[in-house]
Amino acid sequence: MTALAIAAAVKSGERTALDVVDEHLARISQRDAEIGAFNLVLADEARTAARNVDAAVSRGEPVGPLAGVPVALKDNLCTRGVPTTCSSRMLEGWRPPYDATVVQRLRSAGAVIVGKTNLDEFAMGSSTENSAFGPTRNPHDTGRVPGGSSGGSAAAVAAGFAPLALGSDTGGSVRQPAALCGVVGFKPTYGAVSRYGLVAFASSLDQIGPMASNVADTAACYEAISGHDPRDSTSIDGAREPVVAGLGQGVDGLRVGLVAELCAASARVQQDDGLDGVSAVEGVAADVIAWVDAAATALEAAGAAVTVVSVPSAVLGLSAYYLIAPAEASSNLARYDGVRYGLRVDAANAAEMNVSSRSSGFGAEVKRRIMLGTYALSAGYYDAFYGKALRVRTLMLREFAAAYADVDVLLCPTAPTTAFELGAKTADPLLMYLNDVCTIPSNLTGHPAVSVPFGSGDDGLPVGVQLMGPALSEPVLLRAAAVLERAAPSDGSAP
Amino acid sequence: MSGRITRDEAAHVARLARLRFSDAELDELAAQLSAVLDHAADVEALDVTDIEPTSHPHPLVNVTRADEVRPSLDWDEVLAQAPSVDDGQFRVPPILGEAP
Repeated sequence: MTALAIAAAVKSGERTALDVVDEHLARISQRDAEIGAFNLVLADEARTAARNVDAAVSRGEPVGPLAGVPVALKDNLCTRGVPTTCSSRMLEGWRPPYDATVVQRLRSAGAVIVGKTNLDEFAMGSSTENSAFGPTRNPHDTGRVPGGSSGGSAAAVAAGFAPLALGSDTGGSVRQPAALCGVVGFKPTYGAVSRYGLVAFASSLDQIGPMASNVADTAACYEAISGHDPRDSTSIDGAREPVVAGLGQGVDGLRVGLVAELCAASARVQQDDGLDGVSAVEGVAADVIAWVDAAATALEAAGAAVTVVSVPSAVLGLSAYYLIAPAEASSNLARYDGVRYGLRVDAANAAEMNVSSRSSGFGAEVKRRIMLGTYALSAGYYDAFYGKALRVRTLMLREFAAAYADVDVLLCPTAPTTAFELGAKTADPLLMYLNDVCTIPSNLTGHPAVSVPFGSGDDGLPVGVQLMGPALSEPVLLRAAAVLERAAPSDGSAP
Repeated sequence: MSGRITRDEAAHVARLARLRFSDAELDELAAQLSAVLDHAADVEALDVTDIEPTSHPHPLVNVTRADEVRPSLDWDEVLAQAPSVDDGQFRVPPILGEAP
């Protein structure tokens, strides 16, 4: 059952929220030992919340748009009094003294929180293998990764543990696992959703986003969690445009641009003589590109006009990101000093306690990023690396703005390949970072982007295609995503 | 494998970052960070002197609120999460000099 179907059934009294939550808890207890999507299942709390929804329904009181809908939360979203670990030894056992704004909004919308999901430690990774509590496995093939860093949330939706989940997306951490697990993943415009209570990784890039089995549920969840929040000074002022109501309006007349630099192997790019010599990212698999081409054809069939556009700085995104994000992380993670909360390893003096606590609490990838960021910000290297990366960001904003003068949305892959095997990329950090090459540009620009399942690769595993749009283009982006969803093949047939 | 970063440089950065590593870990980190910086040579080589830096996707303005007393987080709840507390304050090992 979809989230919206559950909410309708609960509101009409056709089903109780308690029955719905019990059904999902049963699936979790049947299969999560194998998948490892959850760090913590909140069975008692979920049943209590469900009973409260049922009581409100029976009294005839208004219940929210997500009444009785089970939701899984990435374990870097603060839940008051409930452990929030970021899948790190550093925060093991920490119980935040407040709820994240998105958690409050979900509760107000009637949603039922069923648990906290696994992630790459502090959201740093693309496979959910960097968790202090063990990896999450892809429900489509448990020998494969679910992607990351919101791999637990994506796997929870794909396995039917919850119809909705929240992740956070700093360089693709909602969209890439959604693609690898065959679900919809949406990164809203930076500032559209409050970051209050999201444990910070890279503050100028982080954005919370919904994941679901379909576009309508994703849109409904976005409406529930978005909006201005005075507790997040980077929250965009004013009201958000509704997205659910217009989902069925189609794409007739919509201008769609295929990004040449991210789709070099596409037949449409190859046939465009004006793009000879364009520099493109490497490593995007042929079976993924074939489905991106098929998605372009599907949008055309629905009345859109597809052209190929060039955004040259897209190829610089990966390098810029892996300087900017670690730089911000090295600053944000300085707060883990063993003083106010989190792990403390005792020592004779405060400085030694600080070093011992951090060295023992952080895992290898988090330390690597802190080191990289500290280096990029250090005297003598700041201008050469961090300063230049910030200028690339300006270049990228200009080039995307120019592209959006000609087209309404952009189309490209979400991830370069389908889900890879566990352990395949853990020995080579750079190889792992290359997973983010198509998703990073939207984080650097702050623009929204959505991954929609569209076909399966040569290995039979899900492929996701990505739609990107300018700031606050959520309504048109999700409308186009709905068209792709309707056109997506339901079997494993080739494009 | 390039040698952009040496073990000594990695050790210096580790001190700045308040992290401790073994020599073997420092060698591995130096090699891994060098590989990432090699990839970043495309950014490093760029002539972008005429372009202003962007540190944030939106123009940031200072957000202030009225200067009035509001409820804070619950003190007991906050202090309950601390590794060590004494009389409503966070307790830490000595910062200066020897332990008492």
